[in-house]
Amino acid sequence: MPDATGLELIRQELGDAALDTSFLHERAVLEVRAERVRDVLAALRLKGYAFLASLHGVDYYPHEPRLGVLYELLDMARVDRISVKVRVSSERPLLDSIVPDGEGPDGEGDGHVGWPAANFQEREVYDMFGVVFRDHPDLRRILMPEDYEGNPQRRDFPVGGEPIVFTYNESPVLEGSE
Amino acid sequence: MSTPPAASEYRRREQSITLSPLQEQLEAGSAGGEDQTQELLTLNFGPHHPATHGVLRLLVTLRGEVVHDIKPIVGYVHTGIEKTAEDKSYWKVIPVIERMDYLAYHFNALAYIGAVEQLAEVVVPTRAEYLRVIHLELNRIMSHLVWLGTSALDLGAISMFWYCFREREQILDLFEFSTGQRMHTRYFQIGGVAEDIPAGWAQKLREFVKRMPNSLDQYGDILNSNEIVLQRLRGTCPLDSETLLSLGVTGPLLRAAGNPWDLRKAAPYSAYADFDFKIPVGTVGDNYDRYAVRMAEMYESVKIIDQALAGLPEGPYITTDRKVALPPRHELATSMEALIHHFKLVTEGLRVPPGEYYNAIEGPRGELGCFVRSDGSSKPARVHMRDPSFVNLQAFSRMAEGAYIADMIATLAMLDPILGGIDR
Repeated sequence: MPDATGLELIRQELGDAALDTSFLHERAVLEVRAERVRDVLAALRLKGYAFLASLHGVDYYPHEPRLGVLYELLDMARVDRISVKVRVSSERPLLDSIVPDGEGPDGEGDGHVGWPAANFQEREVYDMFGVVFRDHPDLRRILMPEDYEGNPQRRDFPVGGEPIVFTYNESPVLEGSE
Repeated sequence: MSTPPAASEYRRREQSITLSPLQEQLEAGSAGGEDQTQELLTLNFGPHHPATHGVLRLLVTLRGEVVHDIKPIVGYVHTGIEKTAEDKSYWKVIPVIERMDYLAYHFNALAYIGAVEQLAEVVVPTRAEYLRVIHLELNRIMSHLVWLGTSALDLGAISMFWYCFREREQILDLFEFSTGQRMHTRYFQIGGVAEDIPAGWAQKLREFVKRMPNSLDQYGDILNSNEIVLQRLRGTCPLDSETLLSLGVTGPLLRAAGNPWDLRKAAPYSAYADFDFKIPVGTVGDNYDRYAVRMAEMYESVKIIDQALAGLPEGPYITTDRKVALPPRHELATSMEALIHHFKLVTEGLRVPPGEYYNAIEGPRGELGCFVRSDGSSKPARVHMRDPSFVNLQAFSRMAEGAYIADMIATLAMLDPILGGIDR
């Protein structure tokens, strides 16, 4: 982990992209503006945090902005971890995908170097929390069936209560006439 | 044959699923060429297929016998364990979370428990850490034995399957002896382990540790100079370390490509700093290296168990903090305070201060991370498992594209995905 001072230095370098830092249980968390997440990850990659260990969603219900996406970055040379956190509202859950490569300075795009490791994990966050990742190459549900309605990992999504479809009750269950 | 009319909205939507975008793409790719003697075949592989090691479904596009494109489709055993965990108190999460990656139950438990212990600032006694390491490494050998047996079966060597499962049974017997269960033992608890090892267990483990390297030598004798195995594994489907890292791959797959990244060494957790062991690495990252690295890892695990058993310290096996762990049974009859603690823990459970933690350990398949968010209540507000199988599967199409379909099966075996971990 960068220590508390190191984390503040990173925050200062990032300027207005960074919103907040927290350093608890030896874990450095950097909260950044949702629209700047690609820049922040690119800047951290240059600092050595080049391995995306994990990407996951959190629902901070009832706090606003409600949904959070966490990027767990790892510097393998210094064995150092940092978490980048973004918050988006549930009314407009939009984020830039970090998967695709940008075109580079001469062509179109922003020259963003992609993180292909995030492909499945962004799909999982989309599936479970409904966060839409712009420009993701293949944004589909991954764990739930493709015709499923709702985002089951949200805190206000109930546990259980779903009728199980068998052949004998297929029509009444699926058409809601049970 | 005409399709029967849709009986329900669900069946209508099911029938509306089409692969035409894929077909159009393929036609666009091949229609312009002059050579019309070849066509692409889209093959649905799984989810019920013995070589997918679970219910993995692959949409494979073939050009002759060569793999053109692979689309993995997962989710067939999604059981919503992460959601279930939010509805249970901290210590009742352990049994469900162990069932994610069903061959690495002790690892799942430790990834989760480690995060909770960090949040609640629990100090774990050394004896408990040693007992955890012994069980983790036994679990690693057990997981690798299932991998070796089923992978060899995929390559046509059926006797390996029996030998590996013979040794695996001995490990499961040891688990049954020390924890009461063969699988999903619920042995790891917040603050330590559920029970001290029973009398006679150390002796049985010592016999196992003595026997196991010999058994591993026997596996090596069968496989290492077997012409079929070597032809199937050597030089097939390599992937270099940089590509693997960009795809998030860790564990034996990364080490096979020559990158000695192992969290047990890099960021020692539990009691791993106390032991002397090596990190086996490969050179080119082909299927043979993936095989050889896992084989060598089992020897190293045996060495760790041997050292942990020899150096097993005396002392408590679980924290004596009564706010975290249950009091011993005999205290309940004499101490009112113990009874109150017991009642509070069983009815409400442990309250964990608010916070978030991501705890990563080295599972048998790579970095097994668990993210836990606490909101101050006695139930976790979010539990997420970063399962190595889920992330590693992304590298599969990069490995197997352009290879023969038979090599794709071998590569899938060497990837060692566990679908319980992928789907959670």
